[in-house]
Amino acid sequence: MATLALEDVKKAFGATQVLHGVDLEVADGEMIVIVGASGCGKSTLLRIVAGLETATSGRVIIGGQDVTPLEPADRDVAMVFQNYALYPHMSVFDNMAYGLRIRGLPREVIARRVQEAAELLGIAALLERKPRQLSGGQRQRVAMGRAIVREPKLFLFDEPLSNLDAKLRVQMRAEIRRLQKRLGVTSLFVTHDQVEAMTLGDRLVVMHQGHAAQIATPMEIWERPADTYVAGFIGSPAMNFLPATLTAGGTAARLETNGLVLPFADGPRAGEEGRRLTLGIRPEHLRPGIGGLDLQVELVEPLGGESVLHGRLADGAPITAKLPGALHAEGPLGVIIPLEHLHVFDAETGKRLDAQA
Amino acid sequence: MEKKVIFKGWALPLALLLPQLVITGIFFFWPAGQAVYQSFLREDAFGLSRQFVGFENFADVLSDPTWLDALWRTGFFSASVAFLALSVALFLAVQADKHIRGANAYKTLLIWPYAVAPAIAAVLWLFMFHPNIGLFGRMLNGMGIPWNYKLNGDQAMLLIILASAWKQVSYNFIFFLAGLQSIPRSVLEAAAIDGARPARRFWTVVFPLLSPTAFFLLVVNLVYAFFDTFGVIHALTQGGPGKATETLIYRVYTDGVMNLNLGSSAAQSVILMILVIALTMVQFRFIERKVHY
Ligand SMILES: Nc1ncnc2c1ncn2[C@@H]1O[C@H](COP(=O)(O)OP(=O)(O)O)[C@@H](O)[C@H]1O
Ligand SMILES: [Mg+2]
Repeated sequence: MATLALEDVKKAFGATQVLHGVDLEVADGEMIVIVGASGCGKSTLLRIVAGLETATSGRVIIGGQDVTPLEPADRDVAMVFQNYALYPHMSVFDNMAYGLRIRGLPREVIARRVQEAAELLGIAALLERKPRQLSGGQRQRVAMGRAIVREPKLFLFDEPLSNLDAKLRVQMRAEIRRLQKRLGVTSLFVTHDQVEAMTLGDRLVVMHQGHAAQIATPMEIWERPADTYVAGFIGSPAMNFLPATLTAGGTAARLETNGLVLPFADGPRAGEEGRRLTLGIRPEHLRPGIGGLDLQVELVEPLGGESVLHGRLADGAPITAKLPGALHAEGPLGVIIPLEHLHVFDAETGKRLDAQA
Repeated sequence: MEKKVIFKGWALPLALLLPQLVITGIFFFWPAGQAVYQSFLREDAFGLSRQFVGFENFADVLSDPTWLDALWRTGFFSASVAFLALSVALFLAVQADKHIRGANAYKTLLIWPYAVAPAIAAVLWLFMFHPNIGLFGRMLNGMGIPWNYKLNGDQAMLLIILASAWKQVSYNFIFFLAGLQSIPRSVLEAAAIDGARPARRFWTVVFPLLSPTAFFLLVVNLVYAFFDTFGVIHALTQGGPGKATETLIYRVYTDGVMNLNLGSSAAQSVILMILVIALTMVQFRFIERKVHY
């Protein structure tokens, strides 16, 4: 158990800059989820922490010690890989005992620790088997077990659930969270799945093209996304964006599509009249009603208690609404925008614009 | 789903198979059958008379102390060739695997020896190690190390081991490199994170995962050392000095072609054939059981 700090970590593969300077402070026992689209540099960041890649510049500090120059073997971290990376020629027991044997622990201690971890994970009956004799979910557990027995300073997970089927994934997700809380080991968990991220993390790092776009708790990110990328990435279905301009002395926005003026609920924004804005509204916050947006609904997806409606405005811009009930029809529909749920972003930079104090 | 091609009648399939069958028949089954047949006969050196003698040729061979010497010599020779060819190839493959970008150039370089005919390979080694005209031979002598494989039996053995192993390294290398590249990178990374340093990673992860390849190559190398080294020995030492480099296969040649003792020579080749069949069967059994994992 330890704290972790990343200081301005940069990485380039040849001419390609993959990480553009990531800073992160992780408290002891915290579970941090690194989430982002495929190829944004999540694995690279995790591998730099593990010591499998060398950062081009910046420092990695584990438990107060600068480990940047250390080999993976000397960092006392454990990692669970997406493909599990079990040793194919070793039994489950030997897979889990491997790291302990290297540390020269006495035989009884190894046997006891492996047994305990195996019981914790429900794989005690499989200790004699070889990896090829296990199902995907069981391999996943062995990979977890191999990390747990080590009692490392850090757990690193690189999309460990993405090779499991949907049901098992939900089950293992809850299990990982329970285990991590119980063992209290500081953890970094990489995923491209925003639901996994929201449910697992104490805090999230939303990565975008090698930058940490936002680092905050899941609710904070959902309620106050730092920019349009984060706003669109977190939340399902994704947030609607509408172009608008600042008006009424900064106290309201005028929608470009129909000239509708929406006063800000939380206070005025800085900037001159006509400043270009992007307004964001989540599909679940839209309500049926007259005097807002006029939609032409093209597709209704019933989810049981609620439905997702895909439609278009008169100018062709797509809008998604999530409304209660299952009885919705295609065709024209009016929705209103509750002002307290409006997100305001600068149109040029995409950054969030907060109300002036 | 198995895909079957159906031929009408049997003429076309037979015609398609015929060239292969004829070649196998003429160059393998016919001489092999001849050898088995010969091994039960005794014939005078001029081929004027022959008589059926049962297993007598075999009994003579197996009780001949010089044949038993040759058997041990062959064992030592084959084990040395296999060990040397395998370990050098493994070392090179591991180095190549580390710098995978350059691997193609490396591969091409290393496959060359395999494409060289045994006699030419031997001449190459002869030019290097001939005591008077060879580059290294003269260098050794110049440094005060007496080097003459034409007089010193141990040196002669060393030379044919080196020359034979050298030819086999490239073949082994290709297989080892393919084996190394099929080990997932993440497994090695997991071992590194588990605390294993490179040497330990090699012996506890890489080597066990390569062992099916290594076992297959061991058998191939032994069979090679038993049979395919005739050309190398013939060109370098002709089995000498004395009988210092006379292996079983070379002895088949000396007894049959030089001494015209056809019955004994045939019996010896039948014994060799049985040895190879046995080796191959061991190999198949192991491969069926999927060595280790
Ligand atoms: N060893 C490497 N050499 C060159 N480029 C790499 C290497 N590893 C990753 N990359 C590149 O870095 C980017 C980020 O990769 P990665 O960290 O694996 O993304 P993620 O895990 O977020 O999907 C990708 O564009 C990928 O192609
Ligand atoms: Mg990845």
